[in-house]
Parts: sequence; C-alpha cells; structure tokens
Amino acid sequence: MGLLRQAGTEHAPAAASAAVAASAGGAAVAALAPAPHATTVVALRYADGVIMAGDRRATMGNIIAHRSMEKVFAADRYSAVAIAGSAGMAVEMVRLFQVQLEHYEKVEGTTLSLEGKANQLAQMVRQNLPLAMQGLVVVPLFAGYDTGRGIGRIYSYDATGGHYEEADFQATGSGGRDARSTIKLGWRDALSRDEAVDLAIQSLYDAADEDSATGGPDLVRGIYPLIAVVDAEGYRLVPEDEVAERFGTLVARLQTEGRRV
Amino acid sequence: MSMPYYVAPEQVMKDRAEYAQKGIARGRSLVATTYDLGIAIVAENPSRSLHKISEIYDRIAFGGVGKYNEYDQLRVAGVRHADTKGYAYSREDVDARSLANLYAQYLGNVFTHEMKPLEVEVLVAELGSGQQPDQLYHIAYEGTITDEERFAVLGGDAETITERVAASWKADWDLSAALKAARAALAGPDRTLAPGDLEVATLSRGNGRIDGRRTFRRIADEELALLLA
Repeated sequence: MGLLRQAGTEHAPAAASAAVAASAGGAAVAALAPAPHATTVVALRYADGVIMAGDRRATMGNIIAHRSMEKVFAADRYSAVAIAGSAGMAVEMVRLFQVQLEHYEKVEGTTLSLEGKANQLAQMVRQNLPLAMQGLVVVPLFAGYDTGRGIGRIYSYDATGGHYEEADFQATGSGGRDARSTIKLGWRDALSRDEAVDLAIQSLYDAADEDSATGGPDLVRGIYPLIAVVDAEGYRLVPEDEVAERFGTLVARLQTEGRRV
Repeated sequence: MSMPYYVAPEQVMKDRAEYAQKGIARGRSLVATTYDLGIAIVAENPSRSLHKISEIYDRIAFGGVGKYNEYDQLRVAGVRHADTKGYAYSREDVDARSLANLYAQYLGNVFTHEMKPLEVEVLVAELGSGQQPDQLYHIAYEGTITDEERFAVLGGDAETITERVAASWKADWDLSAALKAARAALAGPDRTLAPGDLEVATLSRGNGRIDGRRTFRRIADEELALLLA
C-alpha cells in the first residue's frame, strides 16, 4: 500500500499542475457560471442491491466539453463509484481507487468490507481538499453490495472527505436536486430491478430537463446515460439497447400525456 | 592473533547452494502446465489460507515453493511492481518477463552477497494473448531463470516429477486431464493425493470477471473434486 500511495503522490503534482492550467483558462468562464458540478449521478437501493446511474455530459462553463463521458465506474466486483465535479481530478481519483482496492485484495487475499472501501475513498477525497479550495472539487457517490449483510448500501461524500451512509437513495451534481426529487416521489421499499432502472431513468430525464449541465438522452447520436446494477452477482452495466428502449417508452408516455411544461 | 581462514569462493557457493537446496527439498512441490484454455497450476498444499499460488495481475500468476515467509515477500513485491506499473502506464504494459527478470536479479543478488540465500523457487506464469504463447518462467534460488512453453516443475523432487509430467503431457489437453496428470506426477507411484491436499488455480481465457480483465481463478472444494473424479 505504501508504495502505491507514493506512486499516487508522485503523479499528483503532474495532474495538479495540468488541472490548474485548465482552470486558469476557464477562470473567467467559471466566474460567469458558478455551478461547480457539471453532472448528475444517482444511486438507489432496490430489492436485490443498488442501481447507479449518471448522465454523459461534461461541461466547461457554458461549453459542452464532452458528450459521451462515463461517470459511473466499477470500483471492484461488488461496488460502483460515480463522480461529480472536476472531471480530470475525478477520473484520476477513480483510477487510483480501483488500483487500491485490487491491490489490497491481491496482497491480503481477501476483499475490503464495503465500509472499508467507503472509508478509503473518503481519505482520497480529503487529500484533494487543497485543490477543492481552489475550485477543483470532486464529490463521488459510492454504492455497493454488502456481501456480508446481503444488502445494497450507498455512501455520499462532501468535498472535505466527510462521508455519510444514505438510507435508500442519493443524487449529486448540478442536477442532483432535481433527480433526488423524482426518486423521492417514486421510491418505495423493495423495488424490482426494472422499476428501479425506470426510476433512475426518469430522475436523469428530469434533471436534464431542469439543469443545463446535465445531458439528456441523445437520440441523434445514440448516447444514453450509463446505468449499472450491483447485486449478489456483482457489477454489470444495463445494456445500452435496454436503456434506449426504456427512454423511448418514457418519451412516448410523456408525449401521449401532452405535456407542455 | 587469529587469522581468518581462507575459504575458496567455489566452496562458499557450493555450501550456499547446498543449504538452499536442502531448505527447498523440505517443502512440497508444484506443477504448472498449459492446457487448452490457459495455464493450470497445481501445488501440494494442505493449507486453505497460506497460499503457494497467487494472482499477480490480469494475466499473471505467481507460484512459490520453499520457505513460506520468503516467497510470500517476493509475491507481495511482485503485486506491488505490477500494480504500480499498470497504474503509471497502462494495464497492457505489465508483463511477466520484466517481473521474472526482477525476481532473477533479486535472488541472484541475495545468493552472492548475503550470508544466507533465499530457500525458494519461484514461478511466474503468463497467459498468452493474440500471437503470444503462454509463458512459464521458472526462477531458481540462485537467480537462474528458464522459460517454458509446456510445463514447469518447482521443488525439491523436481527431476522425478518432471519425468512423470513429460511422460503424460499432451498439447491442448483439457483442464480435468491436466489436473489429474499433475496430481499423479506430484503423488508418485506410492502415494495418492486427495483434492484437499492440493491447491489449484488457473489463468484461463474466457474466465474474465468485471470486464474480462482478471483471468486468475482458484479452483477448490467441490469443483476441484469434480474435475479430479
């Protein structure tokens, strides 16, 4: 672990200076558009585990920087991490987190507990605090299947590394508030997998509807939010075809309802 | 005044080699062989938690015989080397050859410069991909490195076990046949080994977890009993 951490800090200066350069260019834009998170990611518990989903848009001020960014990652076999905030720092943090978990598993011969993984991630967020003070905030969302207890669990974070276990669902990022309202209205105990996936889709749709930094389904390019399921069988992505189909159903329903607002 | 005795370097090396060989011969042996879907590693090891075979990286496995604390130290160093390299560059850039060279250099250095040589032999196995064949690197206690594409035997009784494996080895045999042959070779004509006496792991194609990266898998209990039946 020690050596890995050294490797982490060794690479941090390079990553940091690159990120600072990027923010210097974007400083004027940032002043105009103060939204710190250019994203929406959600996590919710269902009967067999957890669902995690995130939109695909990355923004730089009012510019769309990337249309097909991935914000939901497998942390290891039984857990997923989703990111909001400064993209460069966040993706690097996830990469290091994945290596740390795999490294621990191989050296010790057992996997960390879900709680242990959540604490490990908190330390990494806290290490990023000086950069967060300069505006390069990373706020992940962590969820996984607790193999010991047989349930899905969700942890949310703040920029200081504080982490809080959520009872049933959580959303973060610029569209997080909108997504959370939708989930709050639709969530109940022991949702089925299909119901939970549909609720995640609806929540991201509503977030994209209200928040310019959150991307909705891109029907022209065929880019849809990433949705991951973590249950007793481990982490896997919901196939893109299925996500597209479910979005199609949602859009068709909204059209027949004749909504204007 | 006492004078230090002169000892010929040849004698020093011979003594050290003998010492290491004796230490290794006290432990049980290990067989690694290729089969149709990858590489199978079989070790005689009744312990369920103190492993002789371990995962190093996506396509790389480690095997050690001799003194547990010494080869386990090498294993951890190997995992660290691989993970650091994979993180700094790319997962594709982690290869068994560089790791095997590292082990060979370290074992060679300890053998010539330290009081006590390491009483271990180490295997680094790499699952081939694309044009590259499966590769087995065998590193001895004094740093000698040999590479094999068919099978490798580590341990005190290696010569006789090698003869037995060579007699039964077939290209592209299936896992069950490979494991049975490895068990017979380890046991010899006078003993039988139960599934519980063996530690078995594979690096196998089409065995991926998460996104098909990690190919290492342990085989134990009922699954092993079924394959050996």
